[in-house]
Amino acid sequence: MDLFFQQLLNGLTIGGVYSLVALGLTLVYGILHVPNFAHGALYMAGAFVAFYFMESLGLNYWLAMLGSALVVAVLSMLAERLVFHKLRNAPPLHDMIAAIGILLFLEAGAQAIWGADFHRMQSPYGQLVEIFGLTTVAQRLLIIAGAVVLVTVLHLFLTRTTTGLTIIAMAQNRDGAALVGIDATRVTMLVFAISGALAAVAAVLYSPINLVYPAMGHLVITKAFVIIILGGMGSFPGAIVGGLIIGLAEAFGGFYFSTDYKDLIAFVLLVVILSVRPQGLFSKGAH
Amino acid sequence: MKLLQGKTGWALLIALALVFPYMVSNTYFLSVMTQSYIFAIAALGLNLITGYTGQFNLAHGGFMAIGAYAVGLLTTDYQWGFWTSFVAAGAICGVVGYLVGALSLRMTGHVFSIFTLCVGYIIYLLIEKWEDVTHGAVGVMGIPAPTGFGGLEFESAKGQYYLVLVFLILGAYIMHRIVHSLLGRSFVAVRNSEALAEALGIPLARTKRLAFVLSVIYAGLAGGLYAGVVRFLGPDLAATHHTFELVMFMLVGGIGTILGPILGSILVPWLTQSLQFLQDYRMVVFGPVLILLLIFVPNGIVGTILHRRARRAAALREQAQAANAPAAASSTPTGARHA
Repeated sequence: MDLFFQQLLNGLTIGGVYSLVALGLTLVYGILHVPNFAHGALYMAGAFVAFYFMESLGLNYWLAMLGSALVVAVLSMLAERLVFHKLRNAPPLHDMIAAIGILLFLEAGAQAIWGADFHRMQSPYGQLVEIFGLTTVAQRLLIIAGAVVLVTVLHLFLTRTTTGLTIIAMAQNRDGAALVGIDATRVTMLVFAISGALAAVAAVLYSPINLVYPAMGHLVITKAFVIIILGGMGSFPGAIVGGLIIGLAEAFGGFYFSTDYKDLIAFVLLVVILSVRPQGLFSKGAH
Repeated sequence: MKLLQGKTGWALLIALALVFPYMVSNTYFLSVMTQSYIFAIAALGLNLITGYTGQFNLAHGGFMAIGAYAVGLLTTDYQWGFWTSFVAAGAICGVVGYLVGALSLRMTGHVFSIFTLCVGYIIYLLIEKWEDVTHGAVGVMGIPAPTGFGGLEFESAKGQYYLVLVFLILGAYIMHRIVHSLLGRSFVAVRNSEALAEALGIPLARTKRLAFVLSVIYAGLAGGLYAGVVRFLGPDLAATHHTFELVMFMLVGGIGTILGPILGSILVPWLTQSLQFLQDYRMVVFGPVLILLLIFVPNGIVGTILHRRARRAAALREQAQAANAPAAASSTPTGARHA
């Protein structure tokens, strides 16, 4: 039974990271209707920037996380201004390919600056702790707590503040939002900033128990896409539940079946679920 | 300019391709060109489903890897001949493509793209992890070159170049026949508006599935040729960045045209080759170049030329109409008077 709870904890950890990445992705999709393939590269950039802050500037973990969130938020806004905004009248295919262009640029950039090697990020929470009779690394608990706090704060922000409500209004109806005087440009920039910051924080939380390298975003972003399709594109609760489902499925699947095929589980789950429900788990119809 | 259009243009291009091995002394250039042609065949296939039918398939590189691995494994582990394996590669891709298409084409737009991206990942992970069959990360080595027949050999760089060129010309010709047939028109109708196409009596699901299967067969055969020419395979071939490269070729050349993907597949590798001195920085330059192209030349090279020509033709027609209009107006009363 201990092993079961151990897997449950692992699943919640990975699920928390996936949820944060998927939330950023789903927010951008809700506003712009662009699947942002560059989101994984932003995640990777977040890890590298924090790594740089810690190794070269000697900042502590939390300051590095904050700095990296700011830098990536700016990167994300730049991507919107310089690329997606310019392509707002182009066919959707062009947005997708432009996102791939940003992805190639950021990945090659990281590789040019920091090399293709794997780096290990130090965290002050590497010690083992015991909780409910389970032994685990403190960092895992930090990830779960961090994800819960961020999701709650974001939820309160979106539902309780005027700025947050403008985001929801834009997602529901762009023209309608413009008619009641919501500044579309400002809201779009804000959404990109939040999405980038979420990706960066997720990366900095997850990196100490993983590794930092230029291709680290690939699997995470593909799984985040799986999550937002499962949860319904643009759906906020869908991203959280979807993230947890995939995280738990991977932890238990990896443990009870095979660790080799652990990464396949998310994709197979997607194929099976979409074969039965082509519209996703939570959406009621075509968007 | 007239000379470069239609049949004469194609004949010139083919003639240029035929004498190319005699213009370069370096076999390296020849092998770069051969690989460009192979990717051009795959890009032609991708263009059928994406450019003509409007479904952005991101598993295309995965299907190319399936074709390549089919040839690689059948020739080395099962001692099949190259050409039987080659045909099998096309068939396997067709069957897998039918199954994937039946499942994925029920989704539309972005969901279809993301779903196929995941299918591509499944293919990649299967090739990497299923070591008993695919040799995993070690890859497949010692794949034989295509067997020669009728006094032809395909061992040398020159022989392989001409072999691949023949397949490219054949592939482009068949694609030309497809897109100009009634079937091709129905593909375009689906791209332009699914609802309208359905209202015209085009069976939507079947048409899309057919386009998908045809397109992945192109990918599979290109993969088969790749195995025979490069003669070494690693799981990397199925990685998503190969699909992204194919998309780039198609887009730079001109999406929804036949010459476009071919031109893109030849030009882009040459461009990245010439950026070789930048090494790791290559994509740092190429990513922004791609975005600039998207913003300023959204139709690609061929598409832009066609666009401009169409606009000029329209302007000429308008001029002619304007010139004719007063004449026509004055001629009717005279005609009426005679009657």
